[in-house]
Amino acid sequence: MKRYKADGVATVDSMYKVSGETPAKWSLLEKLLLGLTPRQYLAQAVRNPFNWILAIIFAVGFPIIAGRFLFGLSWVTHSSCDYPWGLFLGFGLFGMVPLSSSGFQLGTAVEVFGRHDLEPIERLGLLNGLLGYFFAVCYLMVDLGQPWRLPYPMVVAWGPAAVLFLVAWHVATYLSVQIAEVSVAFFEWIGFPMGKRGVRRITLGLTVAGIILSTLHQGALGALFTYAPGKVHPLWYSASFQWLHFFVSSIPGGLCMVIVVSTIARSTMTWRCDDRFRENLDKLTITLAKGASMGLATYLTIKLISIAHDNKWEYLGSGWGAWYAVEMVGGVILPLVLFAYSIRNKKVGVIRFSALLTVVGVVLNRMNTAMFTFNWKLPEREIPHWREVVICITLYAVYITVYRFILCRLPILYGWKTADEAVPAAEPAKGYVGAAHPAPAAVGTYHSSVEEPITSASLSTMPE
Amino acid sequence: MKRRDFLKSCILCGAAGALGVSGKAWGAGSFEGYPEGMGVLVDLTRCVGCRTCEAACNKEQKLPEPDVPFTDQSVFEEKRRPTERAYTVVNRFEPKREEGPVYRKVQCNHCNEPACLTSCFVNAYTKTKEGAVVYNPKVCVGCRNCMVACPFNVPGYSYSSAFNPVVKKCIFCYDTRLKFGRPPACVEACPQEVLTFGHRKDLLKIAHERIRETPDRYVDHVYGEKEVGGTSWLYLSGVQFDRVGFDTTLGNEPIISNVKEFLGTVPMVLSIWPALFTGFHLLSNRKQDHSDHGDSHSDQEDPKP
Repeated sequence: MKRYKADGVATVDSMYKVSGETPAKWSLLEKLLLGLTPRQYLAQAVRNPFNWILAIIFAVGFPIIAGRFLFGLSWVTHSSCDYPWGLFLGFGLFGMVPLSSSGFQLGTAVEVFGRHDLEPIERLGLLNGLLGYFFAVCYLMVDLGQPWRLPYPMVVAWGPAAVLFLVAWHVATYLSVQIAEVSVAFFEWIGFPMGKRGVRRITLGLTVAGIILSTLHQGALGALFTYAPGKVHPLWYSASFQWLHFFVSSIPGGLCMVIVVSTIARSTMTWRCDDRFRENLDKLTITLAKGASMGLATYLTIKLISIAHDNKWEYLGSGWGAWYAVEMVGGVILPLVLFAYSIRNKKVGVIRFSALLTVVGVVLNRMNTAMFTFNWKLPEREIPHWREVVICITLYAVYITVYRFILCRLPILYGWKTADEAVPAAEPAKGYVGAAHPAPAAVGTYHSSVEEPITSASLSTMPE
Repeated sequence: MKRRDFLKSCILCGAAGALGVSGKAWGAGSFEGYPEGMGVLVDLTRCVGCRTCEAACNKEQKLPEPDVPFTDQSVFEEKRRPTERAYTVVNRFEPKREEGPVYRKVQCNHCNEPACLTSCFVNAYTKTKEGAVVYNPKVCVGCRNCMVACPFNVPGYSYSSAFNPVVKKCIFCYDTRLKFGRPPACVEACPQEVLTFGHRKDLLKIAHERIRETPDRYVDHVYGEKEVGGTSWLYLSGVQFDRVGFDTTLGNEPIISNVKEFLGTVPMVLSIWPALFTGFHLLSNRKQDHSDHGDSHSDQEDPKP
């Protein structure tokens, strides 16, 4: 893509093509192919070595996923009665959901607290949230014995005393909320201003609903383990704090995931990031890291309080304690120290590394709780079946592919050019700007009175 | 923010709230079982490990033929647990060399406040008035949270079934026997009178009577009388319970009590958060509503709520 851009191929960033005398609308196919001809698109796809890696993963993984549904769970897992939850939930569900809390956090920061300086990265945060949840549900679908009965807790049989009932309802509702939030970008891209306007009107409601639902089900995932007080190791278990641990650690988890994803996106999809995103990213990374370190500090505190609360210090001396120390030092204390140093000295590279550590730390915590230290009293530990590992990797590869697909197309990393931005002198357009409108640069679709596109000019005037 | 937008968001939050209210705490806390609930008293000192109960259970529940016949004692070499192919298993323990082995039968203990029941989000489990904890395979989604929740590691899952995997566990022979007032198959089959079937409250009296009459023979404890809120199956043992495979660290609180601290926060979050955050929004955006976006200055340090 880089090469094509250097050759002067236009990228899709508005409704209309730039090239030619009369501006013409991009067709849907052209938008899907990123403004390339099918031949060019195919050529760049084949040239990318990462696509080949993905292809190999899919070639191995998809037949195994099909096999799981044809031959049952025992074909892909060790089907243990002692370890009913394996990698699919330990990694896929419990690991993906905390990293997806970015959606509600950035939504809250921008829409509720009015931090419009975070706007360039808000959509990435929302999308990261949506995809994380969506794929957590995908992992769940693979793990459930009878996934076609997933709607049962909503319509067939209610078990309202169960924490999982709460999780099911909240994840389902929150997924819809997130789809609505991200749909703004989709409506821009597809050219459906009515939809966009409609969603913008209820943004605040959606955002606040997002906070409620997130608080509750991030916590509820933790509370699921309070059903197994004798099975989760005491160092990872706390009746009073379990839901707080899960909720609070999801805060740095989500923010750091956005830092990690934005880093990857900026270096692998430079062509797709607009100036506003590129120029602000370092500053935004520092802001996010500040939030993340607050979260980490809180998390560390309540982790220690919970150990003191139940007086579990003696466990720290055991082998489990050493493993606990690895998780806490590597995933919480070290990032905290690195964040403190790098935020002060504006070392963005260190921040990014530290964010990665935090992400790994949060996922490790979930896997420790759900798998590694689960059933600590039993003599044998379960090692996942290789097919289980392959399915996990495959689903993650699908996640990356979908993520990339959307980032390449929807205005997430770049701003959709609207009429008044391109032609500042023109009157604020109401309704579609006719195709005959003589526009030198990109011509926009629609500019509603509710939304105020932040230009890079107005951003630079913002205080740091 | 316009007033209309504010009202809209209030409605939306209200809707979100209403969704969550149904998830409020329902746990009863101190339910001690139905008064006419039945139970079984297991006297470990009488068991000889003949595995007749296993065979009877297999036949009654129409379970698949076992890999090793029920007369084969070699299964005692390792500790087994109930699975989808065997609802009850007997394990051998050798706590004291000189006194010979102790056998312990494992099956669902039919808790008064079952963790499986309270953890199930489709209400697949029912505690019947006869005391059995039964399972409805027609609504089970297969999340296996009940298996995680069960403090006794009882439920098994038919992982090998691709299209209709279900939880498999002892149901106290509810459908075929208990419902009609008859003892379960294992009790009837036991040649050593290890198992005594009766009303739970009567069995407790019998158990304490036996301990009182022959204090040398028994540990002064009836396992299941109070553990995790009490179970329908009760145990007497001649050696310390933790040496014959019982978890003695479970405590007397039902499992749901651990979960209540979280369930208690749900209504709080639902009622406080909407007002709190829309309030924050009004406070932090006051300036912008009057002047325009130009100076969207704010002093908040971090973006987290």
